[in-house]
Amino acid sequence: MKQPVIELINVSRKFVSPVGKTVLALKALSLSIQEGEFCAIVGPTGCGKSTTLGMITGISPPSSGVVKVFNREVKSIDPRIGFVFQTDAVFPWKNVLDNVALGPIYRGVNRQLAKEKALHWINLVGLTGFEYHYPHQLSGGMKKRVALAQTFINDPKILLMDEPFSALDVQTRALMQEELLKLCSENKASVVFVTHDIEEALTLADTVVVLSKGPAIVKRTYQVPFTRPRNVIQARHTPEFIELSRNIWEDLRTEVTI
Amino acid sequence: MNPYDQSITAEDIENLKKIRNRKYLIIILRLLFAISFLTAWELSTQLGFLDPFFFSQPSGIYSQLVVWIFEGTSQGPLWQELLVTLEETCIGFLIGSVLGILCGVFLGTNKLASDVFSIYIKIANAIPRIVLGSIFIIMFGLGMGSKIALAVVMVFFVVFGNAFQGVIETDKNLIANAYILGASKRQVTYTVILPSAMSWILASLHVSFGFALVGAVVGEFLGSRHGLGLLISTAQGTFNASGVFAAMVVLAFVALGAEYLISQLEKKLLKWRPAQLGVEVY
Repeated sequence: MKQPVIELINVSRKFVSPVGKTVLALKALSLSIQEGEFCAIVGPTGCGKSTTLGMITGISPPSSGVVKVFNREVKSIDPRIGFVFQTDAVFPWKNVLDNVALGPIYRGVNRQLAKEKALHWINLVGLTGFEYHYPHQLSGGMKKRVALAQTFINDPKILLMDEPFSALDVQTRALMQEELLKLCSENKASVVFVTHDIEEALTLADTVVVLSKGPAIVKRTYQVPFTRPRNVIQARHTPEFIELSRNIWEDLRTEVTI
Repeated sequence: MNPYDQSITAEDIENLKKIRNRKYLIIILRLLFAISFLTAWELSTQLGFLDPFFFSQPSGIYSQLVVWIFEGTSQGPLWQELLVTLEETCIGFLIGSVLGILCGVFLGTNKLASDVFSIYIKIANAIPRIVLGSIFIIMFGLGMGSKIALAVVMVFFVVFGNAFQGVIETDKNLIANAYILGASKRQVTYTVILPSAMSWILASLHVSFGFALVGAVVGEFLGSRHGLGLLISTAQGTFNASGVFAAMVVLAFVALGAEYLISQLEKKLLKWRPAQLGVEVY
């Protein structure tokens, strides 16, 4: 029996607006993610998907309820967590090599060693030859590769991704999805992947969790029947895929209509 | 096509030539403007449209400069006067900008402190700080101290304001990313907040060196034994318009030199920023 690595038990999250009103982003959300599971969270805009990820990292603790990571309540940022942001979160004043080496350097690894490790990861994400380029000299897809290398170099056991590929064009996105699956299969991390793109969720995940509109609760959970390794492009045209995608669409439609 | 292709084609050479020609054209036009302006000024004083007693004239300013450089001023050699003003300016500039950066980063990273002090900083920023010069003369006497203090005050608020803004505008995602990658609070300050605020801080240094110069010169104006400010006030006392303009010319060269140095520093520190992508060739 696999252990849940992430558990959210009855968590809620309140924000206080400048006029003093309490806004409830999440209400009694419960969710658990097993070891090695790839879980995609879809939901209407503003339903608290990003808030959920923030609570797992420990950057924004829940207002009530418990968040557990590896069976311990989250108090601070767990070093086994990696996070890939929606927008560019690579450091524009550092070149690719220094960007990727940053994690180990922050964690006290010797600079020389960190750079060697970084070179290895730059090679894995296919950016060899661009070590000394600055982010502004790279394309959107290449910047995402830097972000992936930067995250994977820390060997995260939990990978949180907040709509990481939403700013990319369709072709680059498909390429990056393949890349991500490849990296994940080597790294054996549990992944929580927030997205608004149902196709993306179905292509990548083992489980798709549909959230209701805010304050969010889990509306339905789908198991994705496709085996691994998957072919990102081919999976899209199977009847199961189309069927699942229609069902999730239906779930979301009732949430987004006002 | 590979944008990193290093081979040079005939078209590249042609383009380079066009870019170079445009550069020359701009230099020539600039020189033409300066020459026509000075000629118009000289002619209108020669022909009696302007009274050289009030407006001076380029030839008068030139001969004043020659006298100052080769025979020295009434207070001593020109370079010594210049050195005094420069020393006051640079010391004031350094102290003011370091203090400004420190306070800006401190208040920028500390929400409570910034909320408490913001009102006082606005007040301090609104009063004409040059008036403090009189107080500094009383406090520190006629020596360098009072000029340096005035330069510091002039510089501090500009650099402080920009450093503060720069820190506040640091991308929240970058900070979160650094924390998740394993950075400590100190590491975040040094590797994320400071570099991110640096473009703001450097932008303020351009303006604030000029302010330091103003502080030093006005300080000398108000009371001193040496410096370009004193030179100006002596010239004013003897109704010597050429002397005032000549001192202005010297100050302009100092400011230009400093501007050049700061631009070099900026280029070095901000080499990660996207350069101008292409030059339009026509």
